[in-house]
Amino acid sequence: MRIINRKPSRVTALALGALPFVATVIVYSVASHYRRLENPADKLLPSLESMGAAFWRMAAIPDRRSGDLLLWVDTFDSLWRLGTGMAVSTVLALSFGIAVGFIPHARSALAPYLATFSLIPPITILPILFITFGLGELAKIALIVIGTAPVMIRSTAQAVLDIPREMIIKAETLGATVWQMVTRLVLPQVLPKLITALRLGLVPAWIFLISAEAIASTTGLGYRIFLVRRYLAMDVILPYVLWITLLAFLLDRLLLLLSRRAFRWHHAGGDAL
Amino acid sequence: MLKSIAKASLLAAALTLPLSVSSLQAEEKKDFKVCWSIYVGWMPWGYLQDSGIMKKWADKYEIDVEIVQINDYVESINQYTAGEYDGCSMTNMDALSIPAGGGIDTTALIVGDYSNGNDGIILKDKTELADIKGQSVNLVELSVSHYLLARALDTVGLAEKDLTVINTSDADMIAAYATDDVTSVVTWNPLLSEIESQPNATKVFDSAGIPGEIIDVMMVNTETLADNPNFGKALVGAWYELMSVMSSDTDAGIAARTAMAEASGTDLAGYDAQLATTKMFYTPAEAVEFSKAAELPATMKFVAEFLYDKGILGEGAPSPEFVGVSFPDGSIYGDTNNVKLRFDPSYMQMAADGAL
Repeated sequence: MRIINRKPSRVTALALGALPFVATVIVYSVASHYRRLENPADKLLPSLESMGAAFWRMAAIPDRRSGDLLLWVDTFDSLWRLGTGMAVSTVLALSFGIAVGFIPHARSALAPYLATFSLIPPITILPILFITFGLGELAKIALIVIGTAPVMIRSTAQAVLDIPREMIIKAETLGATVWQMVTRLVLPQVLPKLITALRLGLVPAWIFLISAEAIASTTGLGYRIFLVRRYLAMDVILPYVLWITLLAFLLDRLLLLLSRRAFRWHHAGGDAL
Repeated sequence: MLKSIAKASLLAAALTLPLSVSSLQAEEKKDFKVCWSIYVGWMPWGYLQDSGIMKKWADKYEIDVEIVQINDYVESINQYTAGEYDGCSMTNMDALSIPAGGGIDTTALIVGDYSNGNDGIILKDKTELADIKGQSVNLVELSVSHYLLARALDTVGLAEKDLTVINTSDADMIAAYATDDVTSVVTWNPLLSEIESQPNATKVFDSAGIPGEIIDVMMVNTETLADNPNFGKALVGAWYELMSVMSSDTDAGIAARTAMAEASGTDLAGYDAQLATTKMFYTPAEAVEFSKAAELPATMKFVAEFLYDKGILGEGAPSPEFVGVSFPDGSIYGDTNNVKLRFDPSYMQMAADGAL
């Protein structure tokens, strides 16, 4: 049988999926072991135990200075910034996306500007953001919005443009107003694609969140990583990286689940990654 | 299955070998690498490499020394701690927390200078240090700025809990000061003088108030130095040859300082202004005397207590004495079984005696 037709069984598929993860852990453990043979206090590749201990310390033992459980404070603050930023981006994507995609005059006015604006690397305008929005939460959320909204608007607008022309003509023939077409035709077609845009937007959003927190902050996952980097505490950094990865993964899956539950018709065509 | 596990572990070992092997070779060697980052007191390292003075001294001792500039200060220390470099320029405080706290036995080979006004606290629209109470203070957390703030607060009977520290990247400090939210910053030169020149800024405390506590040192790996005395001799010899040139107002001295000024992005006047707030040890005798002074152990005690208080003195450090620091007279601060930072002026003494 040709290899493209050989399907792994459920167990094999699970094992194959786990393999790269297990291999990474083994490679890490071996490297860490040899480095610690040389220097038991090595900071670069700490043992899995010391990472576990550091994670426990961050998650369950109150900080000596502030009395807070640092991991949860950091996680809550970061997720709040990320959530607020993405909520704003999503609202912008939906409203501007439909306007640009559905109304030719709005498209002429905004599309070239959005295309240009979305190409500005947001990090480069950070000093402008600081001076405009100050150093507080607002600048961090603004960075996330500026980094994600233009691309999300563009992909939402494209989703509106992709609606078959025939459906719009049919709605018009049946006497639908513009508002009725937006609520009954455009929204059902566009909402699932908005969720996809949101899922893809989360990837840069995390990057901008971490960068914003690295620059001026008192809490947050990115703040903690850049703070402890000053003394090379990889035993804190590596578990934090895994934690961020896990949070990002869960958010992504939750959005996918939401999309499957809420917009069954969109997923009828087949499975997606 | 067993076979494949064996294969996998062999493969893993092969893949990780480059990561683990660098620190294994501590015996005699010929090629050395040291790193430095941009700071007024360390600009000579770049000039040593460019001018060929380093090569001259390395040739004399039949070794090869490469001096590498790294753009990010913390990254340069991390690289040294990871074993990529044999030496690196850093402050006494960062040497204790990063390499020494990380188990890398480190020796202060060349005590180059101490900050004598190069680090300072600036308030916006206020003129007294005590006014800092209740404010948000922007600084690079856990850096010498943070230490300076802690020492300054001691002098007016305040503590860190009386204010809010906001970790702010040094790259964004000047832009941060321009915003309305920011009312006080702690930073170092050249940022310090740039911010101080703003009309509403007042410097209320600087490192001249704690002279000799923020020390800039060429730190080298103790084991490498013990196995290769020539490495230490070449570095020290080259350094003090340049110091005597640099401190003079001859054409050669001005040319050297101009080159360093340009490399640090300023001009001769700007660089000389930074040197004025830096107590350079231009002669080895001065540096030896400073290393042997009774104040040094007291300073290191302050530093260790600060690091312990902030929870950055190594994993699970039970007390400020967790990492031992040895001094020229043989006395030791902290754990005698865990001495990882050594002030050893013997190489600088050789230079003072003209024995290099």
